Amino acid sequence: MKKTYKIEVDCANCALKMEEAAKTVAGVADATVAFMTQKMKVEFVEGADDKEVMQNVLKACKKVEDDCEIFLD
Amino acid sequence: MTKKQKKVLYRIIITAVLLVILHFVPDLGVFTFFLYLIPYGIIGYDILKKAFKGIRNGEVFDENFLMAVATVGAMALALYEEIKGGTGEFTEGVAVMLFYQIGELFQAVAVGKSRKNITALMDIRPDYANIEKEDGSLEQVDPDDVEIGTVIVVCPGEKVPIDGKIIQGSSTVNTSALTGESVPRSVSEGDEIISGCVNLSGLLKIETSKEFGESTVSKILDLVENSSMKKSRSENFISKFAKYYTPAVCYSALALAIIPPIFNLILGNPMAFDVWIIRALTFLVISCPCALVISIPLSFFGGIGGASACGILVKGSNYLEAMAKTKYVVFDKTGTLTKGVFQVTKTYVDSEWAKTITTANGAEATFLSLAAYVEGFSNHPISKSIKDAYGKELDLSRVTEVEEVSGHGVKAKVDGVSVAAGNQKLMRALGLSCPADTGVGTVVHVAIDGVYAGYLLISDVIKDQAKEAIAGLKAAGVKKTVMLTGDNKGVADYVASTLGIDQVESELLPADKVTWVEKLLNQKEKGENLAFVGDGINDAPVLSRADIGIAMGALGSDAAIEAADIVLMDDNPIRIALTMKIARKCLTIVYENIVFALAVKAVCLVLGAFGVANMWMAIFADVGVMVIAVLNAIRCLKVKQ
Repeated sequence: MKKTYKIEVDCANCALKMEEAAKTVAGVADATVAFMTQKMKVEFVEGADDKEVMQNVLKACKKVEDDCEIFLD
Repeated sequence: MTKKQKKVLYRIIITAVLLVILHFVPDLGVFTFFLYLIPYGIIGYDILKKAFKGIRNGEVFDENFLMAVATVGAMALALYEEIKGGTGEFTEGVAVMLFYQIGELFQAVAVGKSRKNITALMDIRPDYANIEKEDGSLEQVDPDDVEIGTVIVVCPGEKVPIDGKIIQGSSTVNTSALTGESVPRSVSEGDEIISGCVNLSGLLKIETSKEFGESTVSKILDLVENSSMKKSRSENFISKFAKYYTPAVCYSALALAIIPPIFNLILGNPMAFDVWIIRALTFLVISCPCALVISIPLSFFGGIGGASACGILVKGSNYLEAMAKTKYVVFDKTGTLTKGVFQVTKTYVDSEWAKTITTANGAEATFLSLAAYVEGFSNHPISKSIKDAYGKELDLSRVTEVEEVSGHGVKAKVDGVSVAAGNQKLMRALGLSCPADTGVGTVVHVAIDGVYAGYLLISDVIKDQAKEAIAGLKAAGVKKTVMLTGDNKGVADYVASTLGIDQVESELLPADKVTWVEKLLNQKEKGENLAFVGDGINDAPVLSRADIGIAMGALGSDAAIEAADIVLMDDNPIRIALTMKIARKCLTIVYENIVFALAVKAVCLVLGAFGVANMWMAIFADVGVMVIAVLNAIRCLKVKQ
């Protein structure tokens, strides 16, 4: 399953870091962050609960980049 | 500017003013340090906070860290000088932070602005749909809520929100947002219309045939917005590079601060710790990787944005990159290089027969009208094209005794005169001889009243811009153009030689096309790409097999949008060369930025290590290079058609 989330991040390097961080979260098969369109696309591992995984993704991203925001809805 | 950016701007102004004032304040010893702490705090508090949080989270090496260490170090050294009794250079630490913030602000504004420009180019999202209420007034509703089969009203000046069919009204529509084509298209009752067009003149009532989410406009927006998700090799290179680069630089700086003084100690010289620390700090400021990290995605994004303004949708930066290295272009014929519609391209009237005709219209008009009448009852595409060529309403009551001769043609009486139209076999069966050399295409011979009268040549028409398109590709450095077609050899060879195509393979089944593409893929050298251009309807396997699949005239064709990597919204083949041009320009800019940024940084790093470059030069190497790289990247957005 793939989902796209709107994000807010200020710098391109921070976007890269968010991408790296998101990839390491359990339940995430792959993640891409597009700084230009301010979007994050997450591919979930089969059977993973996307809402729960995204909470962890947000936490992981906040850790590497304090200023970022992921709009989960 | 956003609120956040404005706040940074105020901080920059206040700090700059304070720095100027402090410049005129006499040296007050250690107290000066505290005076300078005020602007330093104002300009740098968020960076320091981020750096601190980064360290706490184990994320040490980022640009906040670099800046924090560099400026704190510079302030500390200046304080050390003051304490020793000399005059400390407090301005430097504050200035580095100030310029760093100016650079960041510039970058944020420039990127935000180009993002807005690009989204404006692609601003085809309709905000509402009009539904007529019972009393005749219009109600605006969210297009998402409109069900299939609903009748919507589009007033002049409004965007068509959902795909559908016109059930009332006629108008001209501007499709430039979708196709890049500026000539308006006229539409009338019964026509299919796609969302994203702007209605220019008349009121249209449209019965929707799709949901908003499935409509052309939503699909296109989705595609473009997701395009930057597919990253190019250059982008991946930079993210990998940044991962190793920053730590490497930090350790080098540390080594630079420690090793030379230790050497000095061993050699018995003064250690000169302060000199080497300054050099190490300069080194850190220079090394910031921002210029690369920001300018490369921005270039690709600009290129994709510029392309979509011309009606070229690129599904990812990687495809733009691949397109720049295209050396082989393989075409499908029908619908790609030719219009895919059959037309009468030649009317030949036998001169002997012509002499017997004395009507006012002349022999050719009589010939054509009789041919149209005899074909009157048939719906075959060939018959249709003859009727189109005649162009007048047929009074079919004039036609009697219609007899279809399977595999041969048709016989009938028109106004009592027997007319036969069909192939050579039919003429032979009638005992008539006909010319063999007719030209390429489908030939319909006509016999009138038992006499051979002439023939009509019907063929697919080559697109007006096809020749120019092939020449354009050659000029852009394409090594070989190939045409694959299921059509017969005569037609294929004729089209290929007219257009100047290098290789042509005809009478292929769809599966053969894949085999041929694979054969060509094996022939090419490494680093060369093969693009396949098709109209997307039955080319899906080939489109996905080629390095780059280009679907053409894809408006409204979902299968093509799915299968291809690049979608040309209108069916003008000249856009292929334009896509290559955009891709090349974009890649050139990317390489320029990589080389320029790395070269300036490398030179400055070396100069910094030897103490030739000071803090001010370091600021240029960081902020200056970034500004130049961003400005260069923005050039990608401009496309010369």
